[in-house]
Amino acid sequence: MSLLSALAVRASQGTQFIKDLRAASPQGFVGLPRITDAACPSGCAACTEVCPTQALTLNPVTLDLGRCVFCTECVPACPEQKLSFSTEPKLSATSREALFVRAGGEAALRVKASATFQKLFGRSLKLRQVSAGGCNACELELNAAVNVNFDVQRYGIEWVASPRHADALVLTGPLSQGMREAVRLAWDAMPEPRFLVAVGACAISGGLYEGARAVERSFLSEVGPALYVPGCPPHPLTFVNALLDFVGAG
Amino acid sequence: MSGSARVLSVAVEAIPRHEAQAWRGVLEGKLKAGRRLVTLFGRRAGDAVTVTAVHQGDDGELGAERTVLDAAHGTHELTSELPALHCFERELHEQTGVRIAGHPWLKPIRFEGQPQAQMNAYPFYSVEGKEVHEVAVGPIHAGVIEPGSFRFMCLGEMVHHLEIHLGYQHRGVEALLLAREPSKLWHLVQTIAGDSTVAHGWAHASALEALAGVDVGPKVDVGRAFALELERVAMHLAGLAGLAADVGALQAGTTYGRLRTTAINTLMRLCGSRFGRGAVRPLGSGLSDSKELVALAKENLALLAKDARQIDAHFLDASLVRRRLSGVGTVTTAQAKELGLVGHAARASGVALDGRQKLREGAYHARPIEAVVQGSGDCLARGAQRIKEIGASLTWLRATLEGEVAWSAPRASLPRLAKKTLVVSMVEGWRGEVVHALETGEQGELVHAKVQDPSLRNWMGLAQAVRGNEISDFPICNKSFDLSYCGNDL
Repeated sequence: MSLLSALAVRASQGTQFIKDLRAASPQGFVGLPRITDAACPSGCAACTEVCPTQALTLNPVTLDLGRCVFCTECVPACPEQKLSFSTEPKLSATSREALFVRAGGEAALRVKASATFQKLFGRSLKLRQVSAGGCNACELELNAAVNVNFDVQRYGIEWVASPRHADALVLTGPLSQGMREAVRLAWDAMPEPRFLVAVGACAISGGLYEGARAVERSFLSEVGPALYVPGCPPHPLTFVNALLDFVGAG
Repeated sequence: MSGSARVLSVAVEAIPRHEAQAWRGVLEGKLKAGRRLVTLFGRRAGDAVTVTAVHQGDDGELGAERTVLDAAHGTHELTSELPALHCFERELHEQTGVRIAGHPWLKPIRFEGQPQAQMNAYPFYSVEGKEVHEVAVGPIHAGVIEPGSFRFMCLGEMVHHLEIHLGYQHRGVEALLLAREPSKLWHLVQTIAGDSTVAHGWAHASALEALAGVDVGPKVDVGRAFALELERVAMHLAGLAGLAADVGALQAGTTYGRLRTTAINTLMRLCGSRFGRGAVRPLGSGLSDSKELVALAKENLALLAKDARQIDAHFLDASLVRRRLSGVGTVTTAQAKELGLVGHAARASGVALDGRQKLREGAYHARPIEAVVQGSGDCLARGAQRIKEIGASLTWLRATLEGEVAWSAPRASLPRLAKKTLVVSMVEGWRGEVVHALETGEQGELVHAKVQDPSLRNWMGLAQAVRGNEISDFPICNKSFDLSYCGNDL
């Protein structure tokens, strides 16, 4: 590993980190949906028919970000062109209800900062991730949050190996039955105060696996998530901004 | 008519059907005569278990055989003769309950159904002796990674045997595929193994299109291959980033990581998802071919080619890397063949098996992609294999963008599916061959959906690789194979 080639690699690397994670908007990303207030044609349910996860309901047209897999099939389906998706990555919420997007409701503040957690974790937040049926897309995006581009360690946010060292449990996947015991053990091993983050449509609602017999979600009803991070998978910016909004760091 | 995915489409009546007593002999004969088993699966109705075997010749062409076994009587195992069948016989027994007499190790592949609740009670192999100790890892691992359980049986620091215990990720994919509308299955298929979204998406789309009698044409086919190669580049870069970090080559780790960002962001510009979600849509394409985006993709690919060359040389020349990876986790050519390994792991061990070669039509026929095969089968070979495959893919991707690019296509609605037809579709994903099989019944309804990720076969390759190595070699062996848990667990 010669010094010269190391320097050449360093020169090519240049500056990779995104300077302002709070303002970044990834080009080409399918993010926050917009719903216009145009009236639906009588009896039309075209958008709900193409939706693979029953994320859309009518009267008025409402999109549940907790179910949406951002496939955009609903966009061309609507004869009134009521639906579109922006590149806005801030999609998360601190309550399940706040994930429902309706006409005119895009700008609603969905993550409410927690004064308690801000004081405790604002400058140091340790996370333990557990995948319970996650397909490795969410997991890769969560890993990306600490790469050279997003570099979330700059805010004192880090992944840790042991739940004993963690302040929050970051859960992905629809909660497979096989992981039921392990998820519970990880949560019980975490010292209080602690909170639960549900990442991706699978963890939030079951997503594409809702109703599957191999899925067992009782843990989520026993321990309610404090933070919901929608996506299939969520963009690292969606995740990072959710944490920053919630614990108020940065 | 099927483009670059290799597809076998056959009327159920036309599948050679064998007597139960003759089945074992037929299968053994085919496989010992040089054909390779691609997949073997069954479904049960009452006591009757319909078993289908799909095999491939050296020319790449697929063939199918079928038998109906009585569940209680079953058949005699073939694993002792042909170890590559171990996972198929285990899965067949697990999914149908058919008796596989004399099988040396009928451990469930994923503990489907009721056994999920008891998987923690399953007895691992145990080794006894003065210097023996066991190390249990998982199901939750130390990183941000899927769950699985590993039991190392060690003599001092040396691993005598590794038993891999999977199933924690089981979500019941195959059952869901039969429970839902065929036109909407592709959403679910893209999450079978999220890091192989394009590979699984394409294998499924081709199977469905064959049943529907639809040919999407060469332009859409090129687009699918483009997305597949971009996925391969991205995931090989991700694997190399992990491998580099694990051996302490930190500069290479971060560099491979940032190059992956460029690859997946290119994919996002073209289809809206960093994982290629929606790039392959049955009966159409979700990949943009706008002039502006194609120009951007060209620019990004040029940067990837230039910077990858630079970091590859830096990485592979480093004595730190060579000393740590060479001679570690070796799988010989004979072992790889015996275990039926596929994908980059097989090619790193000298097995020239690549579903993108020997095609008679489609994007890889029109523009061949360089075949890469190594011989030494150690961690260094698997690392170098992935580096060279990135190079071959980038060359192919860049050349493709120099030609006519017109792969966007609105999705057509799904016609009625052919009745009583079996379709098997194969796509060479970045880990290896992804196999999807769909079978329809009397009314054209789906009666069977079989999904096979290359991980199913390659997990045993990892177990073989760590034998006789130090336990501290496991992380780099694991990373060099880079297998999917959910792809195995389904």
